[in-house]
Amino acid sequence: MLMLSRTAASLYWLGRYVERADFIARLVEATVRLDALSPTPAGEAAWGSALSVTYGADAFAETGRAIDQASVVRFLTVDTDHAGSVVRCLDMARNNARAVRTALTRESWTAINRAWLIFNGRLRPGDAMSALGLVEAVKAETRGFEGAVMRMMRNEAVWFIRLGAAIERADNTARLIDVKYHLLLPEGEQVGGVVDRDQWTTILQTVSAVTAYRWLYSEGLRPNLVIDLLLARPELPRSLAACAEETVEMLSLLGRRTGLQGEADRLARARMSRMHRTRTHEVIVKGLHEWLDGFIGDNAALDAAIARQFRFI
Amino acid sequence: MGDRRAFDEIWGHDGPARPRAALTELARWIDETPSDDLARRSEAAEATFRQLGITFAVYGESEASERIIPFDIVPRVFLADEWARLSEGLIQRVDAINAFLNDIYGEQRILAEGVLPPELILGNPQFRHEVVGIAPPHGIWAHICGIDLVRTGPDDFFVLEDNARTPSGVSYMLENREAMIRLCPELFRKFRVAAVDSYPDRLLETMRSVAPTGAGSRPVCVVLTPGHFNSAYYEHSFLADSMGIELVEPADLVVDDDVVWMQTIAGRVKVDVIYRRIDDDFLDPIVFRPDSLLGVPGIMAAYRAGNVALINAPGNGIADDKAIYSYMPEIVRFYSGGEARLPNVETWRCREPQALKYVLDHLPELVVKLVDGSGGYGMLVGPTASSAEIEAFRAALVAEPHRYIAQPTLALSTVPTLAEAGLAPRHVDFRPFVLSGSGGVQVVPGGLTRVALREGSLVVNSSQGGGTKDSFVLMPDARTLAQSQTMGDMVQQQELGL
Amino acid sequence: MRISVDHRTRYVFSEPQSRIVQLLRLWPDDSDSQTVVDWRIDVDCDARLRRHRDGLGNQVTMLYADGPIDAIEISVQGEVLTSMRDGHVSGVIETLPAAFYARDTPATRADAAIAAFAREHGDPLAIAGALGVMARPADGSGETLRDAAEAFAAGDPSVREAAQVMIAAMRSLGTPARYVSGYLLGEENHGAPHGWVEIASRAGAGWIAIDPSRGGTADERHVRMCVGLDAHDAAPVAGSRLGAGSEALDVDLHVARGSRQE
Repeated sequence: MLMLSRTAASLYWLGRYVERADFIARLVEATVRLDALSPTPAGEAAWGSALSVTYGADAFAETGRAIDQASVVRFLTVDTDHAGSVVRCLDMARNNARAVRTALTRESWTAINRAWLIFNGRLRPGDAMSALGLVEAVKAETRGFEGAVMRMMRNEAVWFIRLGAAIERADNTARLIDVKYHLLLPEGEQVGGVVDRDQWTTILQTVSAVTAYRWLYSEGLRPNLVIDLLLARPELPRSLAACAEETVEMLSLLGRRTGLQGEADRLARARMSRMHRTRTHEVIVKGLHEWLDGFIGDNAALDAAIARQFRFI
Repeated sequence: MGDRRAFDEIWGHDGPARPRAALTELARWIDETPSDDLARRSEAAEATFRQLGITFAVYGESEASERIIPFDIVPRVFLADEWARLSEGLIQRVDAINAFLNDIYGEQRILAEGVLPPELILGNPQFRHEVVGIAPPHGIWAHICGIDLVRTGPDDFFVLEDNARTPSGVSYMLENREAMIRLCPELFRKFRVAAVDSYPDRLLETMRSVAPTGAGSRPVCVVLTPGHFNSAYYEHSFLADSMGIELVEPADLVVDDDVVWMQTIAGRVKVDVIYRRIDDDFLDPIVFRPDSLLGVPGIMAAYRAGNVALINAPGNGIADDKAIYSYMPEIVRFYSGGEARLPNVETWRCREPQALKYVLDHLPELVVKLVDGSGGYGMLVGPTASSAEIEAFRAALVAEPHRYIAQPTLALSTVPTLAEAGLAPRHVDFRPFVLSGSGGVQVVPGGLTRVALREGSLVVNSSQGGGTKDSFVLMPDARTLAQSQTMGDMVQQQELGL
Repeated sequence: MRISVDHRTRYVFSEPQSRIVQLLRLWPDDSDSQTVVDWRIDVDCDARLRRHRDGLGNQVTMLYADGPIDAIEISVQGEVLTSMRDGHVSGVIETLPAAFYARDTPATRADAAIAAFAREHGDPLAIAGALGVMARPADGSGETLRDAAEAFAAGDPSVREAAQVMIAAMRSLGTPARYVSGYLLGEENHGAPHGWVEIASRAGAGWIAIDPSRGGTADERHVRMCVGLDAHDAAPVAGSRLGAGSEALDVDLHVARGSRQE
């Protein structure tokens, strides 16, 4: 039985929203640590960048509140008026999951539903600090969801969820590098110059890459190596290279199932071979921001091609 | 109403000290299990239901207000021979409903022979001319029936209402049983309870059996839901899931050249059988409701052309209409040739002069209902009504007798139920599920027991504080066990143990 | 009498439609007073047509077309020989007892005014006569039909609204009545086809066709297409489209005497 187009669309978006909720949760958590641990308080700049990474700077400015930890944490986690908050992402994820209830295992569904209940049940938080406790819980549930998805039958339901997650993750990581790199290396500053250890650690924490970094690089914390890890190392699941590979893999599994290939397959394969040829130091020299801009645009084009190819309505 | 001496299905007429003979062991379990232990198990079941998302939406409240229906841990029990007699009556009734629908949208023999007043059918909005002349495969219209029953004594069952459109609640039957097996395993060791878990297989078998002739050996079957904001969406997805078939929304289906297709990631796939959980009005905007944006345009043409089977058939509303209900005994007699084994609640049709006289003489003890009213609107409950209300109804009855029916107030049976202050009798009703396919009619040994949780209340409706219970059907005793095992767990038990 | 019909219905969409499904009640049947000599339905785009008979015995045609569709034209052309006298209808397919047509619909519900009007005139021809005086001549524009009570209260029912008022009046007297959609000789307009009424004859045998817009029985100038409980139920085209934007409807109707070749 071939999957319904609408089901495929919901699974894809389920994958995207869970990934997005998880990413925001990690970003908030890492930024709180940065704020707390830095000898010089990261303060407004750190929270401002967290807003930028999640495309939320303008929306936050409209609230008229000052950029401080309490306000931004609330905004990014429990603010139901902000479409980019964790609670709204979970809401969207659950709506999509509900719409395709039969394509999911009970385990996968209950993981999503539990994450949603954390925010919508009796536990609705009153302040930013209790929101942080929830962030921890959300991370646990999204990990549970990922695990449940991995235990599902190897079929197109899983592939669409993972395809959505890969596209979302590529965007999140690219955005994270772009914003943080600008913040940490103001104009004129040399890459490899002053290392703000805590700042770079924050980035690694956001993409759960602290251990991976130590594993892959013996040199200690260097900005160009952090960027290399996030850009070009397929060993790190959240790197752009890994996302590009995952996208190709999921599309080819789907293509085998449907017997059809299309524009999305071509775009994804072209991106992967570009990534294979990419050398991080060349990218940095030529202009990282421009390169990331191009990557984010390509990723959006791929998203649109996927929607066309599988007849998402 | 709320009669203290109502028949209790476990304790009988004499209270906890002297339970019904066949159920002493269950009464002992109820007695010996501490109330807080029972409460803990009920809560565990409800927590599971919440996690699974077995919820229903409450209209008029915010989107987030999804509620679960309260679950009571004390089961309601049917003895094997009670169930056998019930099943016979249910099969007879559903056979008659199918024969009636087949006749009324075809030859109309029952009108020609003067059994029913023609205007009762022809003037009824539930009689759909859009369906006239369509002949569903095997003459089956009501593939899935939920027959609502009430009980007043050990052997006194009455049909309260037939549901031949899209009866819901079967997911509760299955999920309640799952919860009971997990939380009260000792009960299943003590009692031989007939299994209900093959219901989805039986339903799929029923669907396949009525596939159009051109469908091939593996017909494509789907469940059609209005969407995930529908209050019964959990059940729709649960059924599709447990049958292993697609759950589709109207937008997933297109009709082309009188054939129904579903849109998949690799193109269109032909659909043969649709279990639709969408009302007739919203099924096909071209035929039924032009103002509706829902529905599948052209699906009725595909149905009329015989290219797709719709379960249940459109037009079934005429069979479970309130105005038709009081004629069910005549309908059963006409098509089955015998008296109805399951009686209706006694009903006086005020259009008939003798009945009207009786009703007017006994207003304080009767319930009087508008035939075309709904949801308790236009209803007189004699025993609790003021004399002014009674006199107002008397005038209305005299003026327009044909619009009213009257029924006695029944002392509904009770089942021990966990209440604030421990176990107490609460009124229940019962909805068994009856499947009709090309191979015949079968009753699943179980059903949905709804319980009015408030003391004395007769309202079991989930939107008004009703809850549910598991419904055990006990297997016949060892003497007949060997026989039943060879016939599988869904055996028609009226053939056994009698 | 030989009557030729040329009826074109054109929909133009502001945005391309991805799918169109329509139900057409545009195919007449033979009866004792009507013989279809020649009839055809053409569509100006790639479409599948399927013929059925509906629950009331009407011939209907399902039309299925895939997009993108900017416009679609349904063209009906045919010739019919008619011979109706005194409005007697016979030899048509009846699927239900006449009593079925005694039921209400929202568009044909008699309010107190219509019921009083019906009692006052009593006889069907008298009712038709009174409505004929009241009815506006067909103005040719695509109209949105008002319910019977509303059109009657306004005092200026259109041709089709007058038919619905008459149906409401007859039913209020307990007489089964139904809406007939069809063509009238001499009709030349850009709106909907003609509509009139059939009422169950008192003898209980057959139906009498009455055209309230003309104040009397229907005759050989009427070409009978289909029946329904009300005008909506007998609409020539009922459809659904999948796509955004709005639609513009253009109807071109010519009903003339003789063959089209003449």
